[in-house]
Amino acid sequence: MTQCGDVVTSEPVAGAGRWHLRGVRPFGADPVDVVLDGGMIVEVGPGLSPAGANILDADGLLALPGLVDLHTHLREPGREDAETVASGTRAAALGGFTTVFAMANTEPVADTAGVVEQVWRLGRDAGHCDVRPVGAVTEGLRGVRLAELGAMASSAAGVRMFSDDGHCVSDAVLMRRALEYVKAFDGVIAQHAQEPRLTEDAQMNEGAVSARLGLSGWPAAAEEAIIARDALLAGHVGSRLHVCHVSTAGSVEILRWAKSKGWRVTAEVTPHHLLLTDDLVTSFDPVFKVNPPLRTATDVEALRAGLADGTIDCIATDHAPHAPQDKETEWAAARPGMVGLETALSIAILAMVETGLLDWAGLADRMAIAPGRIGGLPDASPDGTRALSAGAVANLVLVDPAARWTVDPGALASRSRNTPYAGRNLPGRVQATFLRGRPTVLDGKIV
Amino acid sequence: MSGRETSGHGTARTVLSGEDIGRVLTRMAHQILEKTAGGNGVVLLGIPTRGVPLARRLAARVRAVEGVELGVGSLDPTMHRDDLRFRAVRPLEVTDLPDGGIDARTVILVDDVLFSGRTVRAALDALAEFGRPRAVQLAVLVDRGHRELPIRADYVGKNMPTSRQEAVAVRLTEIDGSDAVLIVSEGADR
Amino acid sequence: MRHLLSTEDLTRDDALRVLDTAEYMATVADRSVKKLPTLRGRTVVNLFFEDSTRTRTSFEVAAKRLSADVINFSARGSSVSKGESLKDTAQTLEAMGADAVVCRHPASGAPYRLARWVRGSVLNAGDGTHEHPTQALLDAFTIRRRLGRLEGLSVTIVGDLLHSRVARSNMWLLSTLGARVTLVAPPTLVPVGVEQWPAEVSYDLDAVLPKSDVVMMLRVQRERMTAAFFPTEREYTRRYGLDADRLAAMPPSALVMHPGPMVRGMEIASDVADSTRSTVVEQVANGVSVRMAVLYLLLGGTREVT
Ligand SMILES: [Zn+2]
Repeated sequence: MTQCGDVVTSEPVAGAGRWHLRGVRPFGADPVDVVLDGGMIVEVGPGLSPAGANILDADGLLALPGLVDLHTHLREPGREDAETVASGTRAAALGGFTTVFAMANTEPVADTAGVVEQVWRLGRDAGHCDVRPVGAVTEGLRGVRLAELGAMASSAAGVRMFSDDGHCVSDAVLMRRALEYVKAFDGVIAQHAQEPRLTEDAQMNEGAVSARLGLSGWPAAAEEAIIARDALLAGHVGSRLHVCHVSTAGSVEILRWAKSKGWRVTAEVTPHHLLLTDDLVTSFDPVFKVNPPLRTATDVEALRAGLADGTIDCIATDHAPHAPQDKETEWAAARPGMVGLETALSIAILAMVETGLLDWAGLADRMAIAPGRIGGLPDASPDGTRALSAGAVANLVLVDPAARWTVDPGALASRSRNTPYAGRNLPGRVQATFLRGRPTVLDGKIV
Repeated sequence: MSGRETSGHGTARTVLSGEDIGRVLTRMAHQILEKTAGGNGVVLLGIPTRGVPLARRLAARVRAVEGVELGVGSLDPTMHRDDLRFRAVRPLEVTDLPDGGIDARTVILVDDVLFSGRTVRAALDALAEFGRPRAVQLAVLVDRGHRELPIRADYVGKNMPTSRQEAVAVRLTEIDGSDAVLIVSEGADR
Repeated sequence: MRHLLSTEDLTRDDALRVLDTAEYMATVADRSVKKLPTLRGRTVVNLFFEDSTRTRTSFEVAAKRLSADVINFSARGSSVSKGESLKDTAQTLEAMGADAVVCRHPASGAPYRLARWVRGSVLNAGDGTHEHPTQALLDAFTIRRRLGRLEGLSVTIVGDLLHSRVARSNMWLLSTLGARVTLVAPPTLVPVGVEQWPAEVSYDLDAVLPKSDVVMMLRVQRERMTAAFFPTEREYTRRYGLDADRLAAMPPSALVMHPGPMVRGMEIASDVADSTRSTVVEQVANGVSVRMAVLYLLLGGTREVT
């Protein structure tokens, strides 16, 4: 950390300290100056002139609260050839994230206090963004016995979200017990909703395209049946359920119904499910293989509407890096998943803001405030009113909404290249990311 | 008669008119009768595309002159070409041998233009698959030179010295709607 | 044509060009010398990740009749079975200088990946449950030779539509060529999304037979029964098998086709398979002519588009 200098410099220097962000537009509103000090936002207003601050001329850049991703696969420990905590969090910072929730399907599985603490420490040491480990619900993700959820909750990692993601907790009794058990520490179970028998060997969305391509189908009902069941269970025992990567129009309807009952059910949608459709599979290029699979245009439309009206609470990337040998194969042999941290904000702008479905405040809610609340971040402001105002933790991202960029897989900070957007020209570039007052990204580059 | 027309970026010069072609074919029919002892056991095999109507016309003239009925057919040498990989894939044309086949007959291959000789070479190979003729001869409407193989024609309608930059276009009523032989100079659309 | 990956993408003109070229190739089979020098110096690799002696042999005979060098690169016993990836195999084929790769693979779409990794032409010889284009072309060729046309014919395809690459390829090709296609299967073996196919769907074979000019029977694998697609073999045969009584219900000129290998007694009765109405034997012979035609059209010229 550099000490607070008394020299005003127009060249921002690395390290926390006092920062004077000149002319930023919080949530897209009129330009103001923002002063960061000691990891907090200390002053917001027009024409400020704080002494001894690094100056960042933000002239017209959009300011949003630091983005929070409830669904990231960092692959460490176990598959460091695909991603590490360091490389994944670099990608996250470049994408505007200040917190990522690291999924438990590592090798070994994050089903003990030891593993979650290891991941948490790796994140803290890398320093690019906060890493909040997600604990496994069941031992080894096997869906048989509960993992030691309490031990993970009271570990240094302070786990609050549990998920067998990659696998569905398909046993109804086990799911009920998990939902009940985590009430003791206000935990939440994040369910990967996929009825296993209905999706044996499933390769893509079941429908017109799968019929043509001769790829075995992943029916929408396999997701919707689990969401309906789990919503009923959560309602019955009064627990918190979070539904991962909702992908179908039917799921949106079920969630709307569950919320209308007042049950504590939240849900996320991935950027790719807000944009891409299953006809891309016609190329048989496994870069489009993901789980749950890409669905139809009707589903995309329903997901966007659900996210706009709050039925779906937030966007989560499901950033899933894979090594080339796991993707450059025939379709059936490829592993499902897409990298997404560095493109999430751009895709969200394309799918939700440019379509007029969300304004910048709405986007900030879906990508920062709501996921922070669901994930139980200690400094999350429950209703978002404190974000970007004096007294809030200085987690924020500065975005040039007018800039466009072309996705070059080779230029991604992620260790893997499996982006479905290669060659696409996308709107919105992250210029700077601040984590507790310290820049992790400046000028679009890692600090 | 000779005329000029522009086509594309180059020019096309008429070197044989319809009348000329008629005269030339009549002369060739006489030569065939002379050289094959009255057309005994002769089969005319046209090489697609324009060799086929030429073979039919020669047979008709022989019939008119001597009342002799020659065998007529077609032979597509495409599958035996040695230059396939230098051009876009060619559609296959009809190979149609007259009843009685070609064994012990005199086969006269008929083509419109003799150039490198490679088409004729391929035709000789193709012919070998259908039998063993007593003799094989070659009749062409135009010999434009530039041989790449030791092949010569037995009957030539017109010797026409050309440069490699020129192309010879034969037009026949059956295919093109009118009869003419043109020399198209470089730059013309082909 | 650069590759032959599916019949869904095949234009009517290209399909007819294959069939017309195959007519020429069929005449070669009648000659004493069955060999043409056309593809001398070209290398055709048979890359089979699934056992299929009949398809591999058919391609091998076709390529050899055109004087191509043939390399059989079977997955069995090679590095492929030891987990070598398709991409590594593609690089090996490049090093061999393959002008064409005939690929049979258990995964749908594998030849599409291969086509991106090799310079030569890729011929799909059956990919998973997706397509088997040369089978459909030889079936169309067989129908056209027997009945003189394809336009306006009613073709009924019966069996495991969900898992059949032959059904998909035939459905696309025959409808492109103007035939009316009806698909018959128990509802469990009809894919979701079939409504968008250019074909009628029926669950009632007996209702369809009297209106069929061609009935194409598909093989039904016994393991489908254990996965609850139908209750018993006996019930399947009763409802969807082609026996002598059903043959009698078809118009007298109607053909019976089967891509093989047949499960006699299951989807087709033995006497039906061996009847004069059956084209099973011709289909095999026609397979060589059609594959010669495809090899010629893919390899018999330059790569440049004119
Ligand atoms: Zn998941």
